[in-house]
Amino acid sequence: MKEGFRQSMAWLHTWSGLLVGWVLFMVFAAGTASYFKDEITFWMKPELHAVAQNAVPPVKAVESAVAYLQQRAADSPRWFINLPNERQPSTDVLYLAPPAPAGAAAAVTGAKPGEKPRRRFDRASLDPATGEAVSAPRVTRGGEFFYRLHFDLHYMPALWARWIVGFCAMFMLVAIFSGIVTHKRIFKDFFTFRPKKGQRSWLDAHNVTAVLALPYHLMITYTGLVTLMFMYMPWGPQVAYKDRGGEQAFFSEAFPGGGRDQIKASGNRVPLAPIAPMMAQASAHWGGAAVGRVTVHQPNDANAVVSLTRAEGPQLSYDQPSMQFNGATGALIGAFGDVPKPAAETRGVLYGLHIGRFGDPLLRALFFLSGLAGCLMVATGLLMWAVKERQKFAKTLKRGGRVSFGLRLVDGLNLGAIAGLPVAMAAFFWANRLLPVDVAERGEAEIRWFFIVWGATAVLGLLRPTLRMWQAQLALGALLFAGLPVLNAFTGPAPLTVSLRTGPTSVAGFDLVVIALGLGLAGAAWIVERKRRKSIAKQAAAKTQPPPSTLATSGQGS
Amino acid sequence: MTIGVRYRLGVASRAVAAIFGGYGIAALSAAVLALCLPAAFGMARSEAAMTGTLASFAIFAFAVMWVFAARTALRAWSGLVIVAAPLAALLLLLMRTTGGAA
Repeated sequence: MKEGFRQSMAWLHTWSGLLVGWVLFMVFAAGTASYFKDEITFWMKPELHAVAQNAVPPVKAVESAVAYLQQRAADSPRWFINLPNERQPSTDVLYLAPPAPAGAAAAVTGAKPGEKPRRRFDRASLDPATGEAVSAPRVTRGGEFFYRLHFDLHYMPALWARWIVGFCAMFMLVAIFSGIVTHKRIFKDFFTFRPKKGQRSWLDAHNVTAVLALPYHLMITYTGLVTLMFMYMPWGPQVAYKDRGGEQAFFSEAFPGGGRDQIKASGNRVPLAPIAPMMAQASAHWGGAAVGRVTVHQPNDANAVVSLTRAEGPQLSYDQPSMQFNGATGALIGAFGDVPKPAAETRGVLYGLHIGRFGDPLLRALFFLSGLAGCLMVATGLLMWAVKERQKFAKTLKRGGRVSFGLRLVDGLNLGAIAGLPVAMAAFFWANRLLPVDVAERGEAEIRWFFIVWGATAVLGLLRPTLRMWQAQLALGALLFAGLPVLNAFTGPAPLTVSLRTGPTSVAGFDLVVIALGLGLAGAAWIVERKRRKSIAKQAAAKTQPPPSTLATSGQGS
Repeated sequence: MTIGVRYRLGVASRAVAAIFGGYGIAALSAAVLALCLPAAFGMARSEAAMTGTLASFAIFAFAVMWVFAARTALRAWSGLVIVAAPLAALLLLLMRTTGGAA
């Protein structure tokens, strides 16, 4: 490529990073928020803050959920019951809509992909104690929105989105590998920070945020690809199982006892056996660990199978052992995943590392900080490209000329992505509290506000990519974030004064984190202000030919 | 000017080689590992398929780096072909033998 190996890798690092940087910034930001998606969702349902959360025994929660499902979906082909835990107080049930009555039996069993539209899942959140649908809280997508956004994007088919995000993640992996190679003095650079030195400072900031959390960046990128690896790279299983029923056979062999098994209905109605004894047996088998999810295949059929999956615990792996029971007789069919297979367990651990659900709040806070470092790494990298490129136009700018279209585009996109996204995220939370509770399609309405605000910041950024605009958007983001606890105090029962003393702790945590984020953004706005003053002073000093029209293009200097 | 055009064409050609060629190499190695690990080491079929898939992303990244490190675009392409050809041959062979044995 260029002269030497290191130079060509530097080139690769620059361009692979720039081309996907804006998407990556969003993926990083939304993914970082997702570490606390349950807490975010809880904050966004202030109706639940005042209710004392008494723990309900899991057996009781399952029984009430089964009663709910028997009423509404007795002939559904599959139920999923997610039991409450300390982060997530409600029982969440999910069930496949019962098949169409015409040729029902064939429709249940012959589910060939691509032949008919995907079957719909119905979902509900239940009060674990009563088994009634929780209707008190407002409708919101909550933290789930950020979680989905970071790999499914929005307003487009999830499949395309996952390919786009996977493509960007692959670029990121290449950027990380080539970035490491580019570094002659990776260890020394880590202790180097030369502030107020223009491009050098950006480079140092990029190095510090990248190297400080390098294991995390590498881990999160690779494991992100691993979470969707069978979609991106289905060839291994496809080739190996070509003559054995294809990928489906691979999945049931690799993940036995999981929810992926296809179980056919016999057509004979038999009442579902009670689940409580199965739970007791499973819990005893796992040394007292709780059951986290109950899957019922073909409930109320003679072929019914009940699959119990262990609750998430401190184990790294995402794959949990499971036990299967005959749903008609209650007899044990088998236990799966007690002895992990090396490669499958490797994947499970990589997957588990990505979602970080094994950790206690402190560890997840460290993941959160590393994720923020990732955002800063991407942001400083993007800005550095613009700073370097701008130097090429130093003479042109002095003569009152304009920068290239490419630089202007990057400047605008940087502004909209880096400064605009926090504004949009904060706006999402404001919409959650300010939109009327009974507005139609409320969840989607909040999301619309997120995109309206983000779109507005991006358009403004592209129209006027100036320091003034950076400052305005950063300051707006700071205000909106720091104002969230105030908003919470006026629109919910648990302001900081209450939540810090008597809980709920997750609400207090949310409020404190958004204050910190607001302060961080305010600090960034302040840095921009200093830079703006300096560049104005410089222009006044170099009073050779200052046509006023250059102010707009001279923004965002080094 | 012609140097500029040549340079750009070279970059475009490398980009195609990196994205599609790199994916091809990664896919081929995933498939070959899935078949040859059970044949060579007696690894379970599902484990081998999993190992191949897990490794393929690192292989992809190294292929991309090779493409951009090579001195010329032609060398980059030929490097990919030199790796891909034996992999493809091995895959065909393995598919025939394991298909017959099973």
